[in-house]
Amino acid sequence: MTDLALAKATASPARRFSPALPGIGLLLVVAYGILPLVANEYLFDAILTPFLALALAGLGLNILTGYAGQVSLGSSAFMAVGAYAAYNLALRLPGVPFMIDILLAGVVAAAVGLLFGLPSLRLRGFYLAVSTLAAQFFVQWVFNKVGWFSNNSPSGIVSVPTLSVVGITLDSSAGRYLFALTVVTAVTLAVWRLVESPTGRALVALRDHETAARVIGIPVLRVKLLAFAVSSFIIGVAGVLWAFAYLRTVEPAGFNLDRSFQILFIVIIGGLASLRGAFLGAALIVVFPLLLARLGEALLGGLFDSGVLEMSQRIVLGLLIVTFLITEPAGLTALLDRAWNRIAGRFRRTGLPITG
Amino acid sequence: MPRPNSRTLSVKAALLGALLGTAALLPGAAQADEQYFPLQSYRVGPYAAGGTGFFGGFIDYLTLVNNRDGGVNGVKLTWDECETQYEVERGVECYKRQKNRPGVAAWNPLSVGIAYAMIDDVGRDRVPLITVNHGRTDSTDGRVFKYVFPLLLNPYSESSGIVNYIGAREGGLETLKGKKIVVLYHGSPYGKETIPIYQLLAEKYGFSVEQVEVPHPGNEQQSQWLSIRRTKPDYVVLRGWGVMNPVALKTAQKVGFPADRIIGNVWSNSEEDVIPAGDAAKGYTAITTQASGAEYPVLQEITKTVYGAGKGNLDDKKRIGSVYHNLGIVNGILNVEAVRIAQEKFGKRTLTGDEVRWGFEHLRLDPKRVEALGAKGLFHSINVSVANHEGEGRVTFQQWDGAKWKVVSDWIAPDWALLRPIIERSSLAYAAEHGIQVRDPAAEEASN
Repeated sequence: MTDLALAKATASPARRFSPALPGIGLLLVVAYGILPLVANEYLFDAILTPFLALALAGLGLNILTGYAGQVSLGSSAFMAVGAYAAYNLALRLPGVPFMIDILLAGVVAAAVGLLFGLPSLRLRGFYLAVSTLAAQFFVQWVFNKVGWFSNNSPSGIVSVPTLSVVGITLDSSAGRYLFALTVVTAVTLAVWRLVESPTGRALVALRDHETAARVIGIPVLRVKLLAFAVSSFIIGVAGVLWAFAYLRTVEPAGFNLDRSFQILFIVIIGGLASLRGAFLGAALIVVFPLLLARLGEALLGGLFDSGVLEMSQRIVLGLLIVTFLITEPAGLTALLDRAWNRIAGRFRRTGLPITG
Repeated sequence: MPRPNSRTLSVKAALLGALLGTAALLPGAAQADEQYFPLQSYRVGPYAAGGTGFFGGFIDYLTLVNNRDGGVNGVKLTWDECETQYEVERGVECYKRQKNRPGVAAWNPLSVGIAYAMIDDVGRDRVPLITVNHGRTDSTDGRVFKYVFPLLLNPYSESSGIVNYIGAREGGLETLKGKKIVVLYHGSPYGKETIPIYQLLAEKYGFSVEQVEVPHPGNEQQSQWLSIRRTKPDYVVLRGWGVMNPVALKTAQKVGFPADRIIGNVWSNSEEDVIPAGDAAKGYTAITTQASGAEYPVLQEITKTVYGAGKGNLDDKKRIGSVYHNLGIVNGILNVEAVRIAQEKFGKRTLTGDEVRWGFEHLRLDPKRVEALGAKGLFHSINVSVANHEGEGRVTFQQWDGAKWKVVSDWIAPDWALLRPIIERSSLAYAAEHGIQVRDPAAEEASN
């Protein structure tokens, strides 16, 4: 982690491809104004909404792992906590508006995260990763074991109530997408504020050198726990989106270790300690396998059965990720920065105006 | 500085373009007079043995109908597969993609998780969702779940069928009084689903029941079987899944519990469950809705014309007539007959999903019709109606002789009347929660 940070600091590009306000504005115009007009149900339900939920989970984990340097393998447990908390709040407190449910679900996830963050006060690195695994297994076990959480549903799989905010029912795919988009935008802006604040810098200081951080007066224990709480809160909210906006059903098996790894990969592939990283990583993890699957099917579908195709896609995907991480260990964000700098540099040399 | 944005935009546009490009590469729209079966299959992952058998059988039957009859009344049957690996989000992605092809007849995911995620969507898209032998128990109530069909058997009927079989074997249900039954269940939502039903049946027939959990995946059962040995039950019901089944049979042998006193449920009844247990499985008996074996006329035809022409779907011909393969074939028969019945009402053309739903709601195949379809002995009969989407499937029991399954019982009827009130309580609660208008079966039948 420290080496990576060092490499990042020294190789900091001259012109960072940084999220400036107009850029975000334009993205939002596309996401809110144009996509709902042009996208179809497939794009919403199979790509955009899961992308948003996973990007948010990646953002949450990035605070913990990317910024604060604490490795966690329990992300999907916190998603599960958020999802089940929101389900039970909606079920048992029917009068409470759903926006409040989401916040409360996040708070519940944060509390659980705090609890499992306690070992981080004594453990580091791989040891901490292993202790967060405990969260992963424990949470899944509890939701399996205690029927109350799934309202004693005989099959243990529950259908969530229809999404409805301030009296508007959002059960169309576009409605659920817009809901997820709004939540993700709000949380992302809040996180942006956080990482730019002194607290955010304290997180980075903690990651780069714990002892040094302590020496310059950063309350290390408190900052660590804060990182766990904030991260779990965000991942919990992502879990709510996953359950309510995307799948519309909750089952413990859906939040297994594979999902935790998926979120970790999103952060690593996208770029540690970068807001865009989570989104780029999620885009790659969600969209790329689908593209590969469709392409494989279109080209070779007649020759092999779907099992063979699926296996070969995994090999291709794995190879691509390895190749890609060798070329750019700092993730997609760094790749994008570099590409942008090269383009900008070429423009500069040819003397063409580069600002518009 | 708008450039960064335009850069992101173009990345997005490129992705979108690539996506649309690949979408255009997909097989073209169905022509007139085709009925399309989207298959969310799983040939990869932990459940591949079930997936390849079931979807293989389904495809084999559709191939047979196309080759032998030129489709259903001239309407060709088409299908394509989308790999789910039994994962819910992959199943959803498949649904959203495959539904765009016209002429969808019905969905058959063979996964409870995926089926749950589709319940809202099939209602909105008005296409039937078939969960043969499994699924959400309360979707048996078609008054609430208009588009969901847990055909032949739901988990509650399965439990009742097993108890009825044990009763018959002991010489009548009244002899169950004072008997001791242990239910050994998989530690998952699926495994726990029937706990209240076995309680209810125990109260009704006066036997004592003890339900013992085996934590997933179930490759260590020493303590459970030692406690079973202490309890000395008359029967053990095995409600297992995957590796838990052979391990249960082996451990039973180790502690000296006879295999012929172990009764397996529908997910513990396949060749894949007993072959790894070797000798320990000899005498083990399990429930099924469809007998195994390749001696039935429809299987003979599939072996001869489909596999003979090299068009069979199974890689290993030895699996023809295995439990999952036959379930796929029976599922194919039920789907095709629903289409045929709906065609009689709506015309011999490509039907809409809602018309096929009508076909399923009138799917009545008596033993005579089943015989005409070449499936006598393979499965008994089905009698679906607006109110009853399960269709009163009968069950039979097969004993493993070390090499193959042998039918050892008649076709047994579960106690539907006992279970119906519990199902209705749950379905009506669902209707209230989701604001669903409960249908009036009598009025619908009259208007048809």
